[in-house]
Amino acid sequence: MKSILGWLGHQFLGLLQELGRIMVLFLQALSWLVRPPFRIRLYFKQMEFIGVNSLFVVALTSLFTGMVLALQTFYAFSMFGAESLVGATVALSMTRELGPVITGLMVTGRAGSAICAEIGTMRVTEQVDALTVMAINPVQYLVLPRIVAGVIMLPLLTIISNSMGILGGYLVGVQLLDIHGGMFMNKIQEHVTMADVYNGLIKASAFGGILTLVGCYKGFYTRGGAEGVGRSTTQAVVMSSVLILVSDYFLTALMF
Amino acid sequence: MQQDRDIIHIERLYKSFGDFRVLDGLDLNLEKDRVNIIIGRSGGGKSVLIKHIIGLLKPDKGRILVHGEDIVPMNEGEMARVRRDFGMLFQEAALFDSLNVHENVAFPLHEHTSKSYSEIDEVVQTKLAAVGLQGMDKKMPAELSGGMRKRVGLARALALEPKIVLFDEPTSGLDPVMAAAINELIQRTRQEFGATCIVISHDIDATMKIADNIYMLYEGKIIARGSPAEIRENSDPVVRQFIRGEAKGPIKVN
Repeated sequence: MKSILGWLGHQFLGLLQELGRIMVLFLQALSWLVRPPFRIRLYFKQMEFIGVNSLFVVALTSLFTGMVLALQTFYAFSMFGAESLVGATVALSMTRELGPVITGLMVTGRAGSAICAEIGTMRVTEQVDALTVMAINPVQYLVLPRIVAGVIMLPLLTIISNSMGILGGYLVGVQLLDIHGGMFMNKIQEHVTMADVYNGLIKASAFGGILTLVGCYKGFYTRGGAEGVGRSTTQAVVMSSVLILVSDYFLTALMF
Repeated sequence: MQQDRDIIHIERLYKSFGDFRVLDGLDLNLEKDRVNIIIGRSGGGKSVLIKHIIGLLKPDKGRILVHGEDIVPMNEGEMARVRRDFGMLFQEAALFDSLNVHENVAFPLHEHTSKSYSEIDEVVQTKLAAVGLQGMDKKMPAELSGGMRKRVGLARALALEPKIVLFDEPTSGLDPVMAAAINELIQRTRQEFGATCIVISHDIDATMKIADNIYMLYEGKIIARGSPAEIRENSDPVVRQFIRGEAKGPIKVN
């Protein structure tokens, strides 16, 4: 019993320490936001990589999420004749919850892992040291543009995700399950407020910050060659996903 | 005066990783405008020493004077200023693998000068020609051999005309012909670009050929210093065993 408690305590302290180090890296990066040189090109490059290149996979997964959501809610709602509310349910679920979370998780898998692998490889092949030796701060050059790109692009991707999810719901609900189209849209307008959408986008921004920061952190402190890069990439994806889901709860509890 | 000839002056440097003491009160003076070669066993702290000189690692204790300025208490901003005088060739060259050869060499110029694209291109072409790689501009680092990568790395290190160039095991992993070519480049770096060279190496034959000063690092201290001839005549059994490459002697193989 004692040893289990000891193990748990040890794990907990390790986690706190790691979160602390992540925060330090975050603050370092922030402090470079206002100091020259400003390499605008790097920001756009990362926005393209994290945002534009994730467009297809986010749109596709969101479409199917909306479709299955319509299918499931229709099944449940038809038991008490509330089929007309399927549209509003899908739209509320997407904007408040699933849009940001699906986008966050998909971008973690696609870009968060790549960020970690790239910076990790640069670390183990001394490219990060080479930047430092050339008097270029690697946090400013590598970490900051990625975090900024994540914070900006995730809300934009989430807007696409929300639209695609609602479109998927419409296709299944109206075309397949014969809900009246006007009714479907009308109920969405009636029940979904702009606050639902905005709060979802704020969450998405936070997720963008989390997944890029964790990817950069894990990459930046990679040790031990190719094996080390593999290990930190796995850790980055797991840690980002967990942090996104945990922070999702707290952000939701705080905002709604 | 001796002080004026020393470009780097290290006093009582200590560094441990966990319980393992790598540098143990090391004293070292590196002379200006010379090829200074630090020899020692693999894993004996040579890389750690060179990383202290450029400020990638901070010592537990001790002073490192570059041009008479102590770099140990410096913050990142001050360090960045000092590093402008340095160029470094990394062991595996550390080229940015998302950039091609031209972009790699041009990188420090774009970052630290206000030169126009055509002026930068001119510098890049000169540096690439100096290392014998003209016309390779568009190649990616992954397409180059180990020796070519190191030569691009050297061209990049020389791009800003540094006063001091550090070489981390410049010939390890190269065939003898390429190693000889790199060694010649080290000498030319001093002669043509007027830079002080600091090389760490365990290649004794090459060291004897190109060094002006040799320093032997052993168990965290500099145990011998001198010209190649003086090192060859050194009577310390550790130095003798190392430069002759013998398995038996005071240095334990483990």
